[in-house]
Amino acid sequence: MSTKDAMIEFRDVHKYYGDYHALRGITGTIRPGEFFSLLGPSGCGKTTLLRTIAGFEGISSGAVLVDGRDMAGVPANKRPTNMVFQSYAIFPHLSVEQNVGFGLRKDPRPAAEKAKAVDEALEMVGLKGYGKRAAHALSGGQRQRVALARALILKPKVLLLDEPLSALDKKMREQMQMELIKLQRQVGITFILVTHDQEEALVMSDRIAVMFEGEIAQLADPETLYRRPNSRKVADFIGTMNFLPARVTGEAGDTVEVEAAGFGRFGVAASQVMGGKTSEGATVGFRPETLTILFDGSAPSDRETMATIEEVVYFGDMTYYDVRIDGTQTAVRISMRNVFGRPVLDIGARARVGWSPGALVLFR
Amino acid sequence: MAQEQAAVTGRSEAASGWLLISPTFLYSVLLLAAPLVAVLVYALTLKDVGGFSFANFHEVWTKPIYQKLMGRSLTVSFSVTLVTVALAYPVAYFVSFHVHPSKKSLWLFLITIPFWTSYLIRVFLWKVILGYNGVVNSGLMSLGLIDAPLQAINYNVQAMILTLAHAYAPFAILPIFVSLEKIDRSLLEAGQDLGESRWMTFLRVTLPLSMPGVIAAVLIVFIPTVGDYVTPDLIGGGKLPMIANMIEVTMLKQNDRHMGSAIAVTAMLVVAVVSLIFLMLNKRFLRGTK
Repeated sequence: MSTKDAMIEFRDVHKYYGDYHALRGITGTIRPGEFFSLLGPSGCGKTTLLRTIAGFEGISSGAVLVDGRDMAGVPANKRPTNMVFQSYAIFPHLSVEQNVGFGLRKDPRPAAEKAKAVDEALEMVGLKGYGKRAAHALSGGQRQRVALARALILKPKVLLLDEPLSALDKKMREQMQMELIKLQRQVGITFILVTHDQEEALVMSDRIAVMFEGEIAQLADPETLYRRPNSRKVADFIGTMNFLPARVTGEAGDTVEVEAAGFGRFGVAASQVMGGKTSEGATVGFRPETLTILFDGSAPSDRETMATIEEVVYFGDMTYYDVRIDGTQTAVRISMRNVFGRPVLDIGARARVGWSPGALVLFR
Repeated sequence: MAQEQAAVTGRSEAASGWLLISPTFLYSVLLLAAPLVAVLVYALTLKDVGGFSFANFHEVWTKPIYQKLMGRSLTVSFSVTLVTVALAYPVAYFVSFHVHPSKKSLWLFLITIPFWTSYLIRVFLWKVILGYNGVVNSGLMSLGLIDAPLQAINYNVQAMILTLAHAYAPFAILPIFVSLEKIDRSLLEAGQDLGESRWMTFLRVTLPLSMPGVIAAVLIVFIPTVGDYVTPDLIGGGKLPMIANMIEVTMLKQNDRHMGSAIAVTAMLVVAVVSLIFLMLNKRFLRGTK
């Protein structure tokens, strides 16, 4: 990809802390105007990677380019990026408007115009009229908004968000997710979000880089990550995926012939075949919603197999069934949308399970 | 019911609270408040004659000698405070920001080492260093750099300031260090992220946030140095008395407790007023920032 299409470009970035290899050859690009997420468990290097863009972490080798310019030797205060910190880092000795206007000191505009810009920034994040308040009197959600306004007022090329929602309660978090998406569309600049919450990443991002142990395991859009994770590890991290051992029996054109206990023989399209072979051999993976429990009167399914219900978890709109498919050893999870008038099955009940080879992924 | 319960526990908590502070409280009343009241009573009565009068205060506030000594005391303690805090800040900053966390307690421990010897001995050591036949003078003379002992380094106000600044340095370092430690490091990154250099970030973020520590340091150094009387005696050679020396002379040598008390109360008032003005000027830094 040419640098023209890249707002951020990582070229084989390595980072060592003493002997610890924190970033192991990160290569990839983030497009202009994209909502991009760095997703991974704690300690995977996602925050370190974000901080190399901001200029708070140097890199041991490789290059980080922002808008085509190598950032080597460029200090944080000279980079076209701004950051929303995990702790929000609101200056406690300043008022809300002083916080938001902090970065405007060198702005040549007259004071009245700057004050207007501060008001506009506050209005954009829904804090109109809060300017005179003391920063330390704000709630968590309000601090977050001040941090956003303070960064966006400088019109950065890239906005970096370091787990900005992790300190908020669930409801507030979901609300802020939607607001961030809207805000990003409104201002049109590149947002890079660091999160360990796969759901948050799926909801918010145009593209996601899943990171494990200092490497990018997969970089793709949310649907690809969910439907076609390129390894068992990614599949396991994003949502729930059931795994069953399988045996590859042959290949015919674009189809791989597979045999799996409980499912019999079937073909998997090459596009659904991923790496990630384990020592036990190949595995088939499927999401809980790709299997269905067939009730009397349900539409007939592509394929059917019998199973025993082992556990029932009722969620109101959904029910999760852990079922053991006949001929297999381990239970798999099936999620069913509840329909009015249809009973929830009991533990121990027998059920017909419908499935389709097209929805499976083969790891070999 | 719940309210009653709360009232009951409240009362017993209050009772145990009183019990806990009562030894200290008693001690304070007997040994601090009572003597203070006695001093006040002395100050407001006349020697030999007795009877309530402001005459002592009138004398203290109008006679040039007292004004001069009070002025010298304030000058010395202002200078000491300035020098001490200005020198303590970089030390506190270094320990807080550049010393590895595992080594910080060791550093603080080292900073408090001067406390291991008595204040008097530390002051006396400066006399040994700076005195007419002191280490500096005899050293320089034996090297042949000077022919006669330097007068500029002993028995003057500068020598007193040097001595006091050294004696009070740990008192200034510790509160500044504590206030620097409390600063969330991401605030400093935020300052740079928002376009400011390290130096400007220090001025706009670190310094204002550490002001409570600086203010504490200023008061801790300023208040006791106004009343210091060992250093003027030993380092000043008795030729540069400060207000405390005057109190001592009046009280003990002239045996005039009434006049001595009036000077003491006046000095207390001056210190209190100066401290309050200082606090008022820095009020904005002391707002709750939690």
